[in-house]
Amino acid sequence: MKAWLTHHLHSMKIAAQRFRDAPLSTLFTILVIGVAVAMPSGLYVLLSNLDRAAGGVKPQVELTLFIKADTPESDSRALASRLSKQADIDKVVFVSKSDGIKKLEAAGLADITAGLPDNPLPDTLIITPKQSTPAALEALNDRLKAMDSTQQVVMDTDWIKRLSALMGLGKSLVLLLAALFGLALAAITANTIRLQIYAQQDEIEVAQLIGATDRFIRRPFLYFGGIQGFIGGVTGWLIVLLGGYFIEASVAQVAAAYGATFNLAGLNATELLPLLLLSTLLGWLGAYFSVNQALRQFANH
Amino acid sequence: MIELSDVTKRYPGGHEAVSGLNLTIDQGELVFLTGHSGAGKSTLLKLIAAIERPTNGNVIVNGQNVGRMKRPALPFFRRNIGLIFQDHKLLYDRSVFDNVLLPLHIQGMTGTDAAKRVRAALDKVGLLKKEKTRPITLSGGEQQRLCIARAIVSRPALVLADEPTANLDDAYARDIMDMFRAFNEVGVTLVISTHDQELIHRYGGRSVNLAYGKLVG
Repeated sequence: MKAWLTHHLHSMKIAAQRFRDAPLSTLFTILVIGVAVAMPSGLYVLLSNLDRAAGGVKPQVELTLFIKADTPESDSRALASRLSKQADIDKVVFVSKSDGIKKLEAAGLADITAGLPDNPLPDTLIITPKQSTPAALEALNDRLKAMDSTQQVVMDTDWIKRLSALMGLGKSLVLLLAALFGLALAAITANTIRLQIYAQQDEIEVAQLIGATDRFIRRPFLYFGGIQGFIGGVTGWLIVLLGGYFIEASVAQVAAAYGATFNLAGLNATELLPLLLLSTLLGWLGAYFSVNQALRQFANH
Repeated sequence: MIELSDVTKRYPGGHEAVSGLNLTIDQGELVFLTGHSGAGKSTLLKLIAAIERPTNGNVIVNGQNVGRMKRPALPFFRRNIGLIFQDHKLLYDRSVFDNVLLPLHIQGMTGTDAAKRVRAALDKVGLLKKEKTRPITLSGGEQQRLCIARAIVSRPALVLADEPTANLDDAYARDIMDMFRAFNEVGVTLVISTHDQELIHRYGGRSVNLAYGKLVG
């Protein structure tokens, strides 16, 4: 146990030493990793802000249900109160035939309504659902349509569908970028470790000859890769943070033009932690790949 | 301790460095491998240390068949052998002390115990006063002695030395041979390759003569 601990401490010391030995190239590598981390996470931040903004702007979606003309008003009212108790419905407003006519008259169409032999308007329910996701709306729409007394249901979901589709596109873009830049991160680390291995070839050879295990040789490189990935992740986070500050003023202006106040949100702790873990892991993996390849080469040699 | 039976080593390209060799070395022996350069001395040492694998035959060291050993087992096997290389294979980016510390470190030994052992080994080869210097500042003889210190610091029962006195003048060579003699007297098995016949005459011990990969005389 003690030997294990000293091995690890020593490996960390060697890794730190290697950072100190080549500060400039390490700095550049970390910067590149930072940019690689910042690209997908920046897009992610942008997207989640947009999502939040859209949520704030979203007007309440309403479905308008026209009831069949031959239904007595008492039945329509009963239907309205029944629907208002359903779990996915927030509120139901009942507009009777006569109310409808009155509204038309109030809107200055009294001349036309006066000429009608009898009231052509149906009883109408204006329904506000609790959720405005396309799927929930679709389900509600289908259920309302299936009722006996329903003449017609009118719903405008197109813009919601569009927004949701755009968000979906954005999310897949984030995933794609994350995968690509993650690969780049691992590759960058693998490359720096490769250079280190070539610089340390003598040491590795001697260590192997006098009884070092592959693990012993691998460990400092893995620490190096992991630590570099972690610091690169922090750098990426800082880049996103700085980018946020940079565009905050213009975002506020745009929001003000729409008559809204809006604060840009960065990454929170539950997003930052996985990000740093991932960049550390990718750095570690890149190093592992590189060292293993080198060890295999040395063994064959 | 070491048993080679019908051992052949053929390198890619067809050159046979060792062919059909039979040799037994007992515990506590001092053995000189002699022969012209290219006779297979270095290859034989590499076969014993599992740096090379035999093309044919068995190399048994401490009851283990070295030629068939799996890669993960090799490091643990090598820890029981002190290796002294013709080209020293020292690490020039660290102090004399740290060079000798490396084998102990690899075995997970650190702290004052390790430091004591390192100093004891450096004392035996007369380099105690130079522990803080870099190997590059040492003379050829001193570098060879440093290599010996590194080989014996983990107190192996078997020490293999490839041309340890090559490129050294007579006084240095005698120094080093005296050291080996002292190790042998405390029970360490030594296999030393050399082409210096005079040295062998002076120190006695068993002499194994190789020519073109085969035993002669």
